[in-house]
Amino acid sequence: MWAAVLVTAAGCYALKLAGLSVPDNVLDRPVVRRIADAIPVTLLAALVAVQALSSGQDLTADARLVGVAAGVVALVLRAPFLVVVAVAAVTTALLRLVS
Amino acid sequence: MLGRLTDTPARREIVADSLGVGLATGAYGVSFGAIAVTSGFSVAQACALSLLVFTGASQFALVGVVASGGAPMSGAATALMLGSRNTLYGIKLAGLLRVRGLRRICAAQLVIDESTAMALKPEDERDAPLGFFVTGLAVFALWNLATLVGAFAGDALGDPATYGLDAAVPAAFLALLWPRLATTPARVAAVVAALLALALVPATQPGVPVIAAGAVAVVVGLLGREIEEPASDGSHAHGSQADGSQADGSQAAGTADPDEAGRR
Repeated sequence: MWAAVLVTAAGCYALKLAGLSVPDNVLDRPVVRRIADAIPVTLLAALVAVQALSSGQDLTADARLVGVAAGVVALVLRAPFLVVVAVAAVTTALLRLVS
Repeated sequence: MLGRLTDTPARREIVADSLGVGLATGAYGVSFGAIAVTSGFSVAQACALSLLVFTGASQFALVGVVASGGAPMSGAATALMLGSRNTLYGIKLAGLLRVRGLRRICAAQLVIDESTAMALKPEDERDAPLGFFVTGLAVFALWNLATLVGAFAGDALGDPATYGLDAAVPAAFLALLWPRLATTPARVAAVVAALLALALVPATQPGVPVIAAGAVAVVVGLLGREIEEPASDGSHAHGSQADGSQADGSQAAGTADPDEAGRR
């Protein structure tokens, strides 16, 4: 088990370092720069969708989705970041409490 | 030190937001610690995973494979595949952080979803390292502390979902992503990525749909579409004080004040 732990640790660190170590002359190429700019937008959008709408390999719509939707309303109303997060959590927790 | 961290309202807000992100996601460390121990890992192994691997999706994947009876090494293989998402983040962060030598060695361990998202949030790109490092360190501290607690106490503290944290985390990522959705290509890319990921959820193991969304970024780049407003780029290349670039955003009024620009 320790071997698996250490292999995972070394590998995951190397993967993190590899991204940060892409040389400037590669990053400065327009195609690479456009892709790099798009990466966090696409990955984080996917992450939000998956976290809000799935459990394991099932697509689900539950109190969590309502909470995220409440967070979106707060966002549109230009609420500060921590308020958005709190609105989502409290909405979901209250829904679970009453259901 | 603290003075420099918080010398403008925009920077104070980044620090406060970063600590909030650390709290919300760090709490999941309790779940990780509890699940790791019930899956057959020792407390020391659970803590080593959080300290050394420090990327939630990979940690949960390794523990999940072992819990379902798989070989630890095949769990490690799955964890490494999922860890490639941090490589993709790093490509963007490389240009934002511009870290070298020892700083890069240290910064690399902090490359995760949360620190990347917070690095993107500041209007002023010069504040990106602040968001990255404060968030990375806050999540690191709380994630590891929580893992230790979870490994010993198990589920005694309850499921984070009871407190609505399963909604707080995606809401936080969405809030951090929000300012980046200022252009039509960015919005289209985000929606396509989200739909692609959801379509893949039933067909692939957890974690894969998010990495697959990286393909959308490649398509965007190859099509020659700019996700960010053109003027906002190049500010880091010149380090220019005349930050007119930031004012080219949605509203020109008021953005001359860098503090105001950071407040959304």
